[in-house]
Amino acid sequence: MENSVNIRQYPHKPAQVYLYGTCLVDSFYPQSGLDAIELLTKQDIEVIYPQGQTCCGQPAYNSGYQDQAKAVALHQIKQFELDIPIVVISGSCGGMMRHHYPALLADEPGIQAFCDRIYEFSEFLVHVLNIQLFDSGNKERVALHTSCAARREMGAHETSKKLLEQLSNVELVEHQYESECCGFGGTFAVKHGDISVAMVEDKTKHLLAEDTVRYISGDWGCMMNIDGALAHQKQPLRGEHIASFLLDRSVGDKGE
Amino acid sequence: MLVIKVSEFIKNVKRDLNDPQLRENFRGAMDYLMDKRQAAFTDVDEWATLKEQCKRIKQRCLLKLPHLLEQLEENLQRNGIEVHWAETTEQANEIIAKLIAKEHGKSVVKGKSMVSEEVALNDHLEQQGVECLETDMGEYIVQLAKEHPSHIIMPAIHQNKSQIGKLFVQHIDGFDYSSDVDTLIKAGRNVLRDKFCQADVGVTGVNFAVAETGTLCLVENEGNGRMCSTVPDLHIAITGIEKVIEKLDDVPPLLSLLTRSATGQAISTYFNMITHPRQPGEKDGPKAVHLVLLDNGRSQAFADEELRQTLQCIRCGACMNHCPVYTRIGGHAYGTVYPGPIGKIATPHMLGLEATNELPSASSLCGACEEVCPVGIPIPKLLLRLRKESVKPRADMPQTVKGQGGGRKPVEALIWQLWALVHKSPWLYRWSTKLLTRLSWLMPKNLGPWTTARTAPKPAAKTLHELIGENEKQGKRK
Ligand code: SF4
Repeated sequence: MENSVNIRQYPHKPAQVYLYGTCLVDSFYPQSGLDAIELLTKQDIEVIYPQGQTCCGQPAYNSGYQDQAKAVALHQIKQFELDIPIVVISGSCGGMMRHHYPALLADEPGIQAFCDRIYEFSEFLVHVLNIQLFDSGNKERVALHTSCAARREMGAHETSKKLLEQLSNVELVEHQYESECCGFGGTFAVKHGDISVAMVEDKTKHLLAEDTVRYISGDWGCMMNIDGALAHQKQPLRGEHIASFLLDRSVGDKGE
Repeated sequence: MLVIKVSEFIKNVKRDLNDPQLRENFRGAMDYLMDKRQAAFTDVDEWATLKEQCKRIKQRCLLKLPHLLEQLEENLQRNGIEVHWAETTEQANEIIAKLIAKEHGKSVVKGKSMVSEEVALNDHLEQQGVECLETDMGEYIVQLAKEHPSHIIMPAIHQNKSQIGKLFVQHIDGFDYSSDVDTLIKAGRNVLRDKFCQADVGVTGVNFAVAETGTLCLVENEGNGRMCSTVPDLHIAITGIEKVIEKLDDVPPLLSLLTRSATGQAISTYFNMITHPRQPGEKDGPKAVHLVLLDNGRSQAFADEELRQTLQCIRCGACMNHCPVYTRIGGHAYGTVYPGPIGKIATPHMLGLEATNELPSASSLCGACEEVCPVGIPIPKLLLRLRKESVKPRADMPQTVKGQGGGRKPVEALIWQLWALVHKSPWLYRWSTKLLTRLSWLMPKNLGPWTTARTAPKPAAKTLHELIGENEKQGKRK
């Protein structure tokens, strides 16, 4: 993990990028993928979505099945052959590909070069695109939840905040225990369901206390967990992927 | 070796999660400790530099571990401190029992020592008819309540003031109920004071054993460690082999990080450096000092370069204070002497993965522990490694951790095989996700543990792969 987030060298704005959609977005939340593509396209970037991509391998990796994770990871890196940035719309999968692939695929030539091309979505917008957002939405208060890997491996809590702060009509509120894990953790949520539930119930309590209509996150894993708990509690609060939120706020800039 | 059972982890977790008082005690105490620590590290750069320095110190010392242990033994013996080696907890207990029997010792006062908990020394000595009294206030409370420490620094953190007040009413003659902290501490101290003077033997732990000089360093706040190591005629110190450090110069940075990480203190109230027993002409101090060095699985961790990092630990407790799992389930649910993140990575070496395979998996891998660990132990990475060892086929070589394969379930292994098969074949993957989205109405509403407190997620009508494929076919991108 180190401080690689801080010392990263960022390239100039590219003409093309790959999008890594993640398996969760693919089957459950595809709109976030489409929104990310639209937002990037509006920045005059051609987005390539390789149809061969599947899953970064994290579920098996975190369960101790590293050989299986390795086979799947190996398949991913073959789908992204052009030397252009790979933008991942999940800090968790981004962290896996950027920080865990080097050890997992240590015997694969060029693996570090591949990992160096991985960017978490908000990181890419802030540090590579230096994006200037135009806010055309109504006044709104939102909370932000950053996944643990996004925060500790990709520094996405800072870049997400930077993006939200650019929106003049958006007030970002900090909820209690903001940096604490929501209790998802992949198979952890099933293997140790009771602990995971205790964690997500606390997270929903703290988010609800801020009385916002939606909370923002860059990770659907956490949001599937938190939204699932909120729905179970019959609460209307829902998560919004940061890509969708930013697009939603900036639709007005078309005629700018 | 242990009275408490790690195999009952899942059951313990359920029990303790449903105890609102316990939940409140832990959340409150951990919030307090986190704030304390944060206030002690306001200079981020200083923290990063010191952490790096201490990590290197511990790594250097571990690299030379066999040599340093020999040097430590040599120098301690030259100073008149006898050294004993215990490979197992049983051996440690036997050594200590023999030392006490030789002096016809009947009563022991103990300073706080997690290694003595690890070997369950009190139980062993009591079976031999030797009375053991814990003299650290937290340990004393835990002993009165017939419990085990729930935290490595704050043994009685699971109890609040009023619970302790009630406990004292039951156990201390003439104590009138109070929940005032000063009153409670005073009452406890009065009991302990007499015992220090009567005891035949003092037992303590060791925080750093300095090889260069043969010095045992003991960090404490209550002065009870000093009493235990100076008043009785016989002082027995017990510690793990990983506590050896090379030189005195290594102590100040480690001490600074230890106390600040543990309680936010710039330095502890007492810092004892024990170099020899009472010398001719000296009026006080123990007549004999012994050190028991315990292995108990540490050399197994040492043998593997990655797992060796476990031994960098200086037992500050910061990882548990910041752990969202520990904060919720508390220290007893683990069923191990060392709870929390450090317990999850250290205990498998002591008890084997057969008995402990639930521990490495009981983490969301959030990384809060690694963030605060003052010696830079990559705890999540080590948890992943132990998960790997836990599901590895039992017969696979090399056998790095005892109880390898202890958490392997054939069905689970098969599922991951199939999962890999699907996810490395684009068409199998696309076919299966398409199936998932088309047959989403077939998806059960009850997904086991997931749906006890959450609704089941609903697959989209079409996958992102499909939507993008269609858009591209229409020659536009929405
Ligand atoms: S693992 Fe690190 S944080 Fe935890 S007790 Fe050991 S030194 Fe402290």
